[in-house]
Amino acid sequence: MRTPDFDIYKDLLRERSGLFLTPDKSALLEARLSPVARKWGFESLEAMTAALKENPDPHLIIRIVEAMATPDSSFFRDGRPFDYFRETILPRLMDSRKKERALNIWCAAAASGQEPYSLALILKELEEGPLAGWEIRILATDISTETLQQAGQGVYSQFEMQRGLPIRFLLNHFTQEGEKWRLHDDIRRMVEYRYFNLLDSMTDMGKFDAVFCRNVLTLFEDTRKKDVLERLALQIEPGGFLALGTSENADTLPGLFTPCPGQPGLYIRS
Amino acid sequence: MTKTCLIVDDSRVVRKVARRIVEDLGFACEEAENGKLALESCEKSMPSAVLLDWNMPVMDGIEFLRRLRDMKEGKSPAVIFCTVENTAGRVRQALEAGASEYIMKPFDGEIIQSKFRLAGLIE
Repeated sequence: MRTPDFDIYKDLLRERSGLFLTPDKSALLEARLSPVARKWGFESLEAMTAALKENPDPHLIIRIVEAMATPDSSFFRDGRPFDYFRETILPRLMDSRKKERALNIWCAAAASGQEPYSLALILKELEEGPLAGWEIRILATDISTETLQQAGQGVYSQFEMQRGLPIRFLLNHFTQEGEKWRLHDDIRRMVEYRYFNLLDSMTDMGKFDAVFCRNVLTLFEDTRKKDVLERLALQIEPGGFLALGTSENADTLPGLFTPCPGQPGLYIRS
Repeated sequence: MTKTCLIVDDSRVVRKVARRIVEDLGFACEEAENGKLALESCEKSMPSAVLLDWNMPVMDGIEFLRRLRDMKEGKSPAVIFCTVENTAGRVRQALEAGASEYIMKPFDGEIIQSKFRLAGLIE
């Protein structure tokens, strides 16, 4: 992509979503936006860029922001953070919340729903044992309304089903519908979906025992990223859990988040 | 010790593609083009993992798996089906016969890696 064209998207994304594109993200930009251009009937990405310059259609801009701000997703992405949550974090949270018998979890970049559903699948298994009678809330938010709608349906392609999802979960919790697989209602209903932009105020979101905000801040510029993390910290109970992507960190805020030893991207709220 | 994987598929092309992916995950690979040859390979040397097609001439994947699990040491390999069979019924049948994981073709490197991780074969 030519530099002036790249800059148009760079400015637009920075203003609308906090995403900060460095020039090495040019290929990512083309890969994510070419399908948007096709969907909107443009002959090419260049044609869409030209049209944007002439007449910045707000609906098109929303779609562009959504396409860039939505991380690729898979069930139990990277595996280990979810194992660690189940084996180490969850027992601690259950101990500290045993009086209230309630857990509040927020997936702050839920994309197409695999992350909140992965957590729901973990928690569902414990509902018949140590979590029996507990009130569990999983709030899943994203900046893309289109993606949220898709996530809420809980329907995935065969290809999506094979990324990270243990086969016994497929067998026990999904029903095949032609080429697709539909998540059963008991799991689907455990997750509440809502639109949310990470740049907006979080004070009305309530307090959480665990927040998952994975692979989205990596595209933010440092000051924005720090700002989001500081505000997220206010919504996490002391001793609560923060999961970032495995290549992300909150090292600029050592007073707010303590790293979980040997677990990249995972933190305890100080 | 190097981990080993036996790749069982009647298509030479599929074996070649899968082999390259599995070798990149750090496994030494053997190949077999049907269940019978795969059993013979396991008798000689029991692999750490088997990537297993379902539909093959001479002996199919499910029969291979049942016989493997009856062999001495035959419980130890992780067996991952990799097949066009994509119904819940088939998946259930495979798990009941002792499969560890299940891939529905078409596959790519990321799917194989993800399933090897789920089967506890890699970190």
